[in-house]
Amino acid sequence: MAEISLRHVAKSYGRTPVVHAIDLEVAAGEFIVILGPSGCGKSTLLRMIAGLEAITAGEIAIGGRVVNDLEPRERGCAMVFQNYALYPHMTVADNIGYALKVAGVAKAERLARIEKVADALGLRDLLGRRPAQLSGGQRQRVAMGRAMIREPAVFLFDEPLSNLDAELRVRMRVEIRKLHDRLGATSIFVTHDQVEAMTLADRIVVLHGGRVEQIGTPYAIYHQPASHFVAGFIGSPAMNRLDGRVGPAATVVFADGTTIAVPDLDLPEGQAVTLGIRPEDLRVGSEAPEDGIRHRLAIDFVEHLGPAALVHGRFAGHDFVASVPRHIAFTVVEGLTFTMPVETMHLFDSTTGRRIGIDAARE
Amino acid sequence: MIERTPILNLVTQLVLFVGLVVALAPFVFVAIAATHDLRDVNLVPMPLLPGHNFIDNLATAWHRAGLGPKLVNSLIFAGGVAIGKVVVSAFTAYAIVFFRFPGRQLLFWSIFVTLMLPLEVRIVPTYAVAANVLGPYQAILDITGITSLVEALSGIRLDLQFGLLNSYPGLILPLVATATGTFLYRQFFLTLPDELVEAAKMDGAGPIRFFFDIVLPLSRNNIAALATIMFLWAWNQYLWPLLVTTEPEHATAVTALKSLIPNEGGIPEWNVAMAGTLIVMLPTLIVVIVMQRWFVRGLIASEK
Repeated sequence: MAEISLRHVAKSYGRTPVVHAIDLEVAAGEFIVILGPSGCGKSTLLRMIAGLEAITAGEIAIGGRVVNDLEPRERGCAMVFQNYALYPHMTVADNIGYALKVAGVAKAERLARIEKVADALGLRDLLGRRPAQLSGGQRQRVAMGRAMIREPAVFLFDEPLSNLDAELRVRMRVEIRKLHDRLGATSIFVTHDQVEAMTLADRIVVLHGGRVEQIGTPYAIYHQPASHFVAGFIGSPAMNRLDGRVGPAATVVFADGTTIAVPDLDLPEGQAVTLGIRPEDLRVGSEAPEDGIRHRLAIDFVEHLGPAALVHGRFAGHDFVASVPRHIAFTVVEGLTFTMPVETMHLFDSTTGRRIGIDAARE
Repeated sequence: MIERTPILNLVTQLVLFVGLVVALAPFVFVAIAATHDLRDVNLVPMPLLPGHNFIDNLATAWHRAGLGPKLVNSLIFAGGVAIGKVVVSAFTAYAIVFFRFPGRQLLFWSIFVTLMLPLEVRIVPTYAVAANVLGPYQAILDITGITSLVEALSGIRLDLQFGLLNSYPGLILPLVATATGTFLYRQFFLTLPDELVEAAKMDGAGPIRFFFDIVLPLSRNNIAALATIMFLWAWNQYLWPLLVTTEPEHATAVTALKSLIPNEGGIPEWNVAMAGTLIVMLPTLIVVIVMQRWFVRGLIASEK
């Protein structure tokens, strides 16, 4: 168990910056997920912590010790790679035990520890096999075993689930979280999959273009996205974001003339803002309160997902999605009536992309 | 997809068959000639049914050319060259592929360019070096005037001599450097995923451990292929052994064959020459047959 501190950590390749001065404090035993689209620098950040990539500026400390100039093996981290990176010519047992062999652990102890790890991961019967003879899920477990056997203070996961099929991914996700809780090591997990991030993390770090967009619990990230980007990236389907301007008397006015009242809005008139609301936060059809301001969505098409239907249409001059629970009836011809509960609205500054705290003003 | 192309199939088979005949005919001819006696082998045309003197011819060739010790020489020579090339090129390619250092590309390309300088082209300088390994240093001393300086000061004339003629190191060492082998290894090393290197780093393996624990076991097919090719190549060398070994006890089997070829005006004992050829060919045949499986695997797609 060890805490990790990143202080102004930056990385550039030649003159191209890929990671901009990142600050992050990870508590011992915490499960941090670094989330972001491809190319946002999340893997680079992880590899810098691991020591596989040199950092251009800043300082990384693991367990209170600055590790900038330490070799990967001296940092006390274990890593699970996206493609597992198992040694193809070694058996499962040799793969798991290789780190111990390098460290010069006596053979008897090595075997005992390999068996212990194999038992924990259900690999007992596969110890004699080669990686080529294993399924994807089994290889994944071997990769985990290889990381576990060193009893590291820090686990680093580089998109370890992205090569698995959907069902296995869900199962391994649960296993990884259980493993983390059992071992109590600090874990940093890189992914582009928001569901993995939401389910696994104690805290999520959303990375975009090499910068931190937001650091927070999954709940905070979902309910109070700090920026336009986070709002669009987290949640499926994505949050509806309507670009407009502040109108008179606490309203937001859109290009097509639609006006939406946002109580307690205290911004200069004419400022460009983005109003966001999640498809599942809308009150639709028969559930739309009579006394609210009712809008109508002209329906383009409908996706039936089972528990709910996603209704796509146009509203206030933007593409708009509403999630309609299955017990609510609607017809494509008539369109969909909905209201936008004020407490679920998000407001962002269109120029900076940062959140404007209307909810804070209300609280 | 199943294609029905009987005519194409026929043509393909025919081409293959012609190729087989062209490849095998000389060998069959040698084998048959080695069974005839002196009269039959010189008939025109030579009878294509085997004669009865095979064993006699083999024995004659064996003794006349002293093939026993020569085969041993050849084995040491070809084996030494093959092993040397496998080891040296593995290290070279490892350095070029896995380490970032200034001049890496330059180094690789200078090795690569030597592909254009086969032994025959550089045989005179190579011979000069083998005759006196310290020759180049002597030349440097002479040109810079150090030799005359030392002579003037102390009266001692510097004369560095370290000859390798008529020795196994002299036969083997100049042939050990190889661009082909380095290139073969390099191409294979490049296919090893970066993550494998990183996983080894995370597991705490340094460069030397990584080389011996991961890279070498993974390249065993390449090693087998390279060793086979280089063994055959070295075994078939004629010019170099002929130049470097002036004493018969250091000669190789291939150069020894020369003594079996009838001189102008001598007895035309082609049957004995052919028998000797068969004997000298035999070890290479065995090597190819034993190694062919790994050999092919090492040269085509790597196993996943």
